[in-house]
Amino acid sequence: MTGSKRFAILAERDINKETFVEPWPEAGLIVTDSPFDPQPSLRIDSAQHQIVELDGKQRADFDALDFFIADHAIDLNVAEEAMASPSRNLARMLVDINVPASRIRRLVAGCTPAKLCDVIRYMNVLEMMIGLAKMRVRRTPANQAHVTNKREHPALLAADAAEAALRGFAEIETTVGVARFAPLNALAIQIGSQTGRGGVLTQCSVEESLGLRIALKGLTSYAETLSVYGTEGTFVDGDDTPWSKAFLSAAYASRGVKIRFTSGTGSEALMGHAEGRSMLYLEARCLLITRGAGSQGVQNGSISCIALPESLPGGVRAVLAENLLASMLGLEVASGNDALASHSAIRKSAKLMLQFIPGTDFIFSGYSAVPKRDNLFGGGNFDAEDFDDYNVLQRDMQIDGGVRPITEEQAIGIRRQGVLAIQAVYAALGFPPITDEEVEAAVLGHSSDDMPARDVVADLSAADRFLAGSQSMLDIVGALQQRGFTQTAAAILEMGRQRVIGDYLQPAAIFMPIPHLELTQPRYHVLSAINDVNDYAGPGTGYHMSEERWKEMQRLPQVKSPREFIKDQVSGRCERLVELGAAKESRHSEVIVAVGPGFGTALTRTINGVDHEKVLEAILTGVAREGLTARIVKVYQSSDLAYIGYTGTALSGSGIAIGLQSRGTTVIHKRGLARLNNLELFPQSPSLTLEIYEAIGRNAARYAKGEAVRPVPVQVDNWARLRLIVKTALLHRRETEEVRDKPPMEMFFDWEPDV
Amino acid sequence: MTKNNQPTYPLGEDAGTEVMAASGRKIKDITLEAIARGELNGADLLIKPDTLLMQARFAREGGFTQLAENLERAAELTAVPNDELLRMYETLRPGRATHAEMIALAERLELQFHAPLNAALVREAAMVYLARNLVKRSPPPAPMADDTY
Repeated sequence: MTGSKRFAILAERDINKETFVEPWPEAGLIVTDSPFDPQPSLRIDSAQHQIVELDGKQRADFDALDFFIADHAIDLNVAEEAMASPSRNLARMLVDINVPASRIRRLVAGCTPAKLCDVIRYMNVLEMMIGLAKMRVRRTPANQAHVTNKREHPALLAADAAEAALRGFAEIETTVGVARFAPLNALAIQIGSQTGRGGVLTQCSVEESLGLRIALKGLTSYAETLSVYGTEGTFVDGDDTPWSKAFLSAAYASRGVKIRFTSGTGSEALMGHAEGRSMLYLEARCLLITRGAGSQGVQNGSISCIALPESLPGGVRAVLAENLLASMLGLEVASGNDALASHSAIRKSAKLMLQFIPGTDFIFSGYSAVPKRDNLFGGGNFDAEDFDDYNVLQRDMQIDGGVRPITEEQAIGIRRQGVLAIQAVYAALGFPPITDEEVEAAVLGHSSDDMPARDVVADLSAADRFLAGSQSMLDIVGALQQRGFTQTAAAILEMGRQRVIGDYLQPAAIFMPIPHLELTQPRYHVLSAINDVNDYAGPGTGYHMSEERWKEMQRLPQVKSPREFIKDQVSGRCERLVELGAAKESRHSEVIVAVGPGFGTALTRTINGVDHEKVLEAILTGVAREGLTARIVKVYQSSDLAYIGYTGTALSGSGIAIGLQSRGTTVIHKRGLARLNNLELFPQSPSLTLEIYEAIGRNAARYAKGEAVRPVPVQVDNWARLRLIVKTALLHRRETEEVRDKPPMEMFFDWEPDV
Repeated sequence: MTKNNQPTYPLGEDAGTEVMAASGRKIKDITLEAIARGELNGADLLIKPDTLLMQARFAREGGFTQLAENLERAAELTAVPNDELLRMYETLRPGRATHAEMIALAERLELQFHAPLNAALVREAAMVYLARNLVKRSPPPAPMADDTY
C-alpha cells in the first residue's frame, strides 16, 4: 500500500515515540474508576470507637493497610458527616472561593479512600487546579532540584548544587548510582548547596536504613523517599509496613530531621500487585497511610512511574488528582514533574502547567539541575538545558515557579566557591584529593563528560570509612572554618541549629534567607503551613509575589533594552535624496515611488540593513528596464503602508504607485482600488532583497504599461515576524513620529539608472 | 514574644523562648567559635524532647493531628541511641521478627526508654503482622543491604 506522506511525517514526531494503551483494569492499567474499585462506605462501632467497615470491607477482612487507615488516618468525630456529604458538594466546595480550606479539610479528615476518589469524579482539571491553589498548605510556592551525575564526581556535585541553590531551589536531592557513594554524595550536595544559599534543605535518596544513618551523621537535612504503596503486597515488596514507616518517620523527627513520604500512581501496577484497582484509588490509600503515619507531606504525582499513567487515557488528569488529594489531606505536596515523562516538548510542558499554574509546595519533586544524561533518578523531564525556558515561563505568566535567573558570571563564581569548599573538606578529612584540574573542570563543565576520571575504588573505600567512622557535621564545619570557608561553615552549622529548634518539622517547611545579617551568623526564616498558611480565597488573596521577586524574575540575562534596537537602522540622512516642493499630479506614463515620512531621514536602512538609497536604486533600475521613469514622493500624513501607496496612486500619471515604508515593507498599488486592496503586497520586509526590489520596480512598470504581469515570487519566512516583531514595532513607531500634517513632497534623487 | 507564657512558632524566632539542645547547651552558644574551641559534640546538635513536644503542640493547634502524634513519638525516641534506633526500625520491617520478638521490643520501649506511645504502635503492629502473616518466616530474610559489602 502507498502510505500518506503526512502520516509518515506524523509517525516520526516525538509524541509517537510514546506508548499508548487501552485500559486493562485486571492488570491495574486504569487511572481512575476501575470496575473493581470499591464503593465508598464506612461503619463505626461506637462502643469500640472503631471503624468496622471501610469501603465495603468488613474489619475481619481488613488487610494491613486497611487496619492502619481505619485506626490512624480517619477522624471518627467527623467521618459519618463526611461520608454522608454528597461527593459533588465536596467537589464544589473545592472550587468555591467562599468556602475556606479549613472547612474542606475538616470534612476530608473523615473520608475513606473510595470517598476521596468519588469527589474527584466530579472535577475537571481546571477545577482541580483551582482546588490545588486553594488547598496547598504553604502559601508560598517553591521548587526542588535534583543534583546527581553518572560519574558521582564530588566536585561536579558540589558545583551543580551550589548553582542550583543560587538559582533559587529550596530543596536539593541527590542519589547514588553505587549505594556506597551515599555519604560522599550527601556531603558534596550539602557543601555545594550551603555555599550557594544557606538554608537549602538537602537529602540523599537511598535505602531506608542507610538514609537514616546518613541523616544521623548530619549529612542531610531531610529525607523524602520513604515510599508507601497502596496494596499490602507492594508494600511488603518495598520491605516496609505502615508501622515501620511510621516508626521511621518518628525516628527521623527524633533527630530533628524533616521527612516526607513518597507515593504515586502506577507503582502498584508496575510491581504487579494492583489487585485490579485503579491507580487513583490505590494512591488515595497511600495518602491516608501517609497522613496516618504522621508524615508532614508527600512526594506524589506518579514520580518515577509517570510514563505508566501517561500511557493511559486520563493519566495526566489522575496525576493532578493525586496532588490535589494530598493537599486536601493537609499534606505538603512535592508534585512530581521529575522523571522523564515524555519525548514531546509540547506534552511535557502542557503537563507541567497543571502544577505550575496553581503552584504547589514543590512544583517539581526534582527539577533536574543537571543534564538528563547525568540524572540518576531516571529523570530530567525538565533539566539544566531547560533553565532558560523555565525562567521565561515564569516571566510570561507572572508565576512564581520557585526559580530565578542568574548570570553566567554568577554561576561560575558560585560553582568555584562550592568546589573549592569540597576540595578543602576532602583534604581536611583525608579523602582522596580533589585536584586543581578537577576544580577547573567542575567550575566550567556542564556534565560529567567534562570531568577527569577519579579513582573510584579509593573514593568508595573513603566513603565506607566515613560512614562507619565518627566524623560528622561538626568535623565538616570545623574543617571549612579552619580553611577559610566561613560562610559555608556557618550555613551548615545553622542547619544543625535548626535541627535543634525543630521548626522545619512542620508541614511544608522551607527556609528563606534573612539577608543583611552577620556573615558568621546566618539565620533563616522558616516558612511552613503553621506560619505561612495558604489563605487563598479567590482573586486578591493568597500568595502574592513581592515587587522585588517579580523584578528578579524579569531579570533574564538575555533581556535587552529595546531603546537600542533600531540603532542599526539609523545613520546620517541620505545625502542624495533631497526634498523639493509639494508633489503634483502628472499625466506621464510613470511609476510613483511613495516613501514613508521617515524614509532617508529619521531612518536610513530597512529592517535587514539595506540602505534606503540602494533600495531606491534597485526599484528605479527595475522601472527603467521596462522603459519607464519613476518619480519619488514622500508621504507625510501617515506611516501606514496602504495609505502611502494609495496616496502615490493619486499622483501617478499611470495610476500605479509603489508604497515603501522605511523598514522596507512594500506594496504595488493602483488607482481605483480600495485603499486596503493592492496589486502586490510584500509584507515580510526582512526577506526583501535588492533583487526583489528591482523586480518590484519592473512589475510596477509593467502594470503601468497595461501588461499582464506575473507577481514577484517572495520567500515566506514565518519565523521572521517572531524574531523581529519588537524591531518592527519600534521602526514603525519611529516612522510614525515623523508624520506631519503636510502634503506629499516631490523628492529629487541624485542618481541615474544605468540601463 | 510568648502568648499566655507559651512559646510561639517559629521557636527559632521567638525571642521569649531559649531553645536548648539535648546536651543542655543554649542555641546561642552553638557557634563556629565554640566549634573552633572544640567545645561542641554530637549532643549539641540533637533536639530535646521538650522541643519536640512544643512542635507537636504547634502541629495540633494547626490541625495536623497525626503529625503531632508523630512528633510525640519522636520525643520519646530521643532517648534511644542511634544503633538501637536502626535496629528497632529493622525489627519492624516485614518478616524480620516473630510476634514474641515484637512484643519484647514494645516492652523494651516502654520500660527501658519510657516510650509508651511507640510501645503501643509496636504492639498494634505485632497484632496486625500476626493476622496478616507479616511476622518472621523461615528462611530468615536477607541481611541488611549495608552489611552486604
